[in-house]
Amino acid sequence: MIRARGLVKRFGEFTAVDGIDFELYRGEAFGFLGPNGAGKSSTMRMIGCVSPPTGGELSILGLDPVADGPVIRARLGVVPQEDTLDLELTVRENLLVYGRYFGLSRDVIRERTARLLDFVQLSDRAEDQVEPLSGGMKRRLIIARSLINEPEILLLDEPTTGLDPQARHAVWDRLFRLKQQGVTLILTTHYMDEAEQLCDRLVVMDRGKIAAEGSPRELIERYSTPEVLELRFEPDRHQVAAEKLASVPAERREVLADRILLYVTDGDATLAAVRALGLEPLTSLVRRSTLEDVFLRLTGRRLED
Amino acid sequence: MAAGTGELNRPALTGTVFAVRELRFWLTDYRRTWRGSIYSSLLNPLLFLGAMGLGLGSLINARGDTAIGGVSYLTFLAPGLLAATAMTTAVGESTYPVLASVKWVKTYQAATASPLRPADIFHGHMLFVALRLTMNCAIFLAVSAILGAVQSPWALAALPVAVLTGITFNAVIEAWAITRTRDTSFAVIFRFGMIPLFLFSGTFFPITELPGWLQPVAYLTPLWHGVDLCRSLSLGTATVGETLIHLGYLAGLAAIGVAAGNRTYRRRLYV
Repeated sequence: MIRARGLVKRFGEFTAVDGIDFELYRGEAFGFLGPNGAGKSSTMRMIGCVSPPTGGELSILGLDPVADGPVIRARLGVVPQEDTLDLELTVRENLLVYGRYFGLSRDVIRERTARLLDFVQLSDRAEDQVEPLSGGMKRRLIIARSLINEPEILLLDEPTTGLDPQARHAVWDRLFRLKQQGVTLILTTHYMDEAEQLCDRLVVMDRGKIAAEGSPRELIERYSTPEVLELRFEPDRHQVAAEKLASVPAERREVLADRILLYVTDGDATLAAVRALGLEPLTSLVRRSTLEDVFLRLTGRRLED
Repeated sequence: MAAGTGELNRPALTGTVFAVRELRFWLTDYRRTWRGSIYSSLLNPLLFLGAMGLGLGSLINARGDTAIGGVSYLTFLAPGLLAATAMTTAVGESTYPVLASVKWVKTYQAATASPLRPADIFHGHMLFVALRLTMNCAIFLAVSAILGAVQSPWALAALPVAVLTGITFNAVIEAWAITRTRDTSFAVIFRFGMIPLFLFSGTFFPITELPGWLQPVAYLTPLWHGVDLCRSLSLGTATVGETLIHLGYLAGLAAIGVAAGNRTYRRRLYV
């Protein structure tokens, strides 16, 4: 459905997207992961046909985003990172004005509004103004609005950033249902749990480039170990323990300010080996590797903006 | 499926269809505020018409000044204020609402996610401003007529001229306003652009009364062309030659504004 080859986006001297390739298939949920400034949103804007690529090829639904922007956008749904609702209007009016942008008749909009507000559980707020709605309700309304033209592809730029856990789960639940209905989902996120929950396939972006691509499971297998042993020592023993642990076999080790992480196949066996060295951690935790481990390995622990 | 793409096969129509969609958005928004907006945008010019036209006018009429063409001051003033009202309405609609749409509320960004293109969004807003102008100017003209300030049936032709004057300001200011990231420069436009034009473009007195060096400047301002044409139509003294010069100037400047806005809207909304 979407194909990019050597896609580049520059803003003056700054290269936001630096020659990326990807391909998207109908019905899948595809994620762009990466730290802030990795180029995720720039990529999304190019797919949304509101940002002409500086270089490379991009084809959406077999069409050219620069020449055929209006035709493509008629078949896309967009959930932008920032709320773009009209706060002066009611929930229903927001869907009405948006539906009209797509040239839908009042009857069609009315019928779809009823269905979509029910879908995002906002039916009882239909006649209320948007301004006082909670952040989670506004997000759900934006999702309802993005579906008014029954899009084939739904673009979601950080759909749950800034929401509380209940609201995030409510959004995930709706997105999961859309996926089941066959809508192709493309989302950006820096929440690993979100990516694991929703994405069939994802790419990790860093500094404008694609660092890795695959399903969440594949990425964990390729870039991490099955288990992680997390050890915590008293602050004054932390450094000594870290040096001693160098003799414990592990595929990778990370010494953080408060913890030491050992990436291994069998966490319990490694913990036994640690104890055999005469080291007794304050706390220890054996857990499965997550996408977060992959992410941090690929993009590092440096702080961006 | 692929809703609203039917007209895309007819490119000539697309722009108009899309601009009307944006216009309908503005009208939906306007339903909430139209009463207040009519009071606020008409109260000011009507107060001027009363205070200057009737109050100050009685002094001027007593002097029997021929500099204003031997008509009552109210009759002289009303068409000038009509054009000036169009300007103030247009400048108001072209500044804060534009920045609100692109920055504060982001309704422009919402529209860019639909089939609409930046130029459609620009033209749609211009259509809305044109409707606002027509409404305000028609009411103002009607009040002027009731007060007896209209002499010729040609005054009806002053309505589209006043609207064109407003559209000219609208196109130029809006093309510039979309490039702003903050509203501070709007206050500058109001104080150092609009108010001097309002006072010195022949609205209240003929520009032949200005110091000699200032007169050519006044001839170059768009408001003077609007004021002079509205007045000559209202007084029934318009000539074909002057009318064409005024219309050509206003339409030419409006066309430049539209061309510039097509670019600036695209640059701001397609980053």
